[in-house]
Amino acid sequence: MWEAIESNRRRSWILIVLMGALLLALGAVLGRLIHPRQGLVLGVCIASGVWLVLWLVAAFQGDRFMLTMGGAMKIERRDSPQLWNVVEEMTIASGSAKMPDVYVIDDERPNAFAIGRNPEKQSAVAVTSGLLRLLDRDELQGVIGHEMGHLKNRDSAFLVLAGVMLGAIVLLADVFLRGMFFGRRRSRGGGDGQAVVLILAIVLAILAPILAQMLYFACSRRREFLADASSARFTRYPAGLASALEKISSRYEGGKQETNRVLAPMYIVNPMSALAAVGLFSTHPPTGKRVQILRGMGGGSAYADYEAAYGKAFGQGSALLGKRTLAADTAAPARAAAPKAEAKQDAVARSKDVVQLLGRLENFLLMTCTCGLGIKVPPELKRDSIPCPRCGAANPVPRAEAGGSYRRAHPADWESFRCACGATVLLGPGSTEPEASCRACGGSVRIEPSA
Amino acid sequence: MVPWIILGVVLFIGMIGVFWMIGSYNGLVKSRNETKNGWAQIDVQLKRRHDLIPNLIETVRGFATHERQTLENVIQARNQAMGAGNVGDRIKAEAALGGALGRLMVVCEQYPDLKANANFLALQEELTSTENKISFSRQFYNDCVMQYNTRIESFPSNVVAGMFQFKPGEHFQLASEAEREVPRVKF
Repeated sequence: MWEAIESNRRRSWILIVLMGALLLALGAVLGRLIHPRQGLVLGVCIASGVWLVLWLVAAFQGDRFMLTMGGAMKIERRDSPQLWNVVEEMTIASGSAKMPDVYVIDDERPNAFAIGRNPEKQSAVAVTSGLLRLLDRDELQGVIGHEMGHLKNRDSAFLVLAGVMLGAIVLLADVFLRGMFFGRRRSRGGGDGQAVVLILAIVLAILAPILAQMLYFACSRRREFLADASSARFTRYPAGLASALEKISSRYEGGKQETNRVLAPMYIVNPMSALAAVGLFSTHPPTGKRVQILRGMGGGSAYADYEAAYGKAFGQGSALLGKRTLAADTAAPARAAAPKAEAKQDAVARSKDVVQLLGRLENFLLMTCTCGLGIKVPPELKRDSIPCPRCGAANPVPRAEAGGSYRRAHPADWESFRCACGATVLLGPGSTEPEASCRACGGSVRIEPSA
Repeated sequence: MVPWIILGVVLFIGMIGVFWMIGSYNGLVKSRNETKNGWAQIDVQLKRRHDLIPNLIETVRGFATHERQTLENVIQARNQAMGAGNVGDRIKAEAALGGALGRLMVVCEQYPDLKANANFLALQEELTSTENKISFSRQFYNDCVMQYNTRIESFPSNVVAGMFQFKPGEHFQLASEAEREVPRVKF
């Protein structure tokens, strides 16, 4: 239920077929150039071979690759209860059978993305630390709802398929053009026919990547609107996502961003501001338009409300959602905003939480000096005693051995000790578990409550 | 020859009818299971709310010493909700519990020490999230019930529904906003 996929399915197939045709044509022409007779078939085979290999790699290793390239760290509920809860809420609201894994990326630029071939089996959402620092609960919910919409509408799976095709086209064209300009060409005297093929090949090699990119981006832009519509439907609070988009895009204005071009379509807001200015080549629609639609939903949050606001923003007659999706939908008035803590206080608390979260994820040793100052020790620092930066007192690093025991010093806070193997073991606030196991060596340590 | 053709046509039509019935029946079962899962999800979240309350009461009691009545109301509402027999009573009792908890949270706003307490903050986040999950799962359940009921009532699937006695599902409606007690401020 609640997929907004139907209106996009036909478009996506057309796109895939067109891109496939481009790829094969490119392969055929290049092959013909190498060998006038058998080259045609050979070229087609090579082109599909390149595509197949790239697709297999992307489909089976892509998720892990994307996450590790982005430097994403997997979290558990206790690491960031609020983020975890929000993802859980959106899983319920979207009616998904399985909650996606949750990742955090240490990056001050606010952003989020979702990946996964089959959202019912294996999927993940990743958010940057900058996003957690910037957004309040309602806004975070809007962003996660948007990512959930991408998963539910199978956008990630599609983007992988289309992206790999784009990659194959770019690769073939690139190899050919480089060979043309830097390699020594043996002229085999094919006559006029060969000259025509050569010109055709050059034109195709230059045009194909541009065409493919335009197709790819046009489709992914449409999917952004659909994911926005899904987010409003799931959260029943379009203002949350609207406000999040405003906050995020104001962070990007002016600053030059360096982000991987392959990853760009996956993010919630396009990080490549230079590209975003060019209409046809941007993966994301202009944020202003998205906010305008979300804010113009007239107190509703159903797909029909989004469709009406979309029509208003782009002129009557422009349709986004399919008839069947709209017919199956029910009326859904937007809910009221959640009660908020004071904005500034809230921002300070969030900031502190994010710093602590990153410290924990990066295996910092967390200890508290007798003067009350919290000290974070980087995992590389293997000293046995840490001087307090405020009062100067030497604090011995708490240790425990596998099979031994550890007495908690600050049960209401995060604290950690060093295992005999050198790794850091972390204990959560208020945790009453009798044992903690070391992630590095697997040994378990008895935990005793504080005296 | 002719009788054989007629027999063949009849058999063919009969087979199409049987296949259609199987498809329709399976669709109805799938729809019904969806509503069942939806209800189970609500149930999980309501139980979670019950589990959170004792801890919350303990934490609040330590700071807000003058709010015995509000705390008592919450405990009572929880006990009633846990003891409720049929679905109708249960929905009513859960709505009352939601109201009592809402009033408690308003009262807690007046105690700065309590609001700075890490334990309380964690419980508050859990409670907020559980309330959200209750309302999201309720929405999902109601949407499922509506689709299921439409299938049962509309032609031609209502024929199959009638044959196998599919019963329409019940919507989960909490008391309307106006009926909820608004927290009164005493001067």
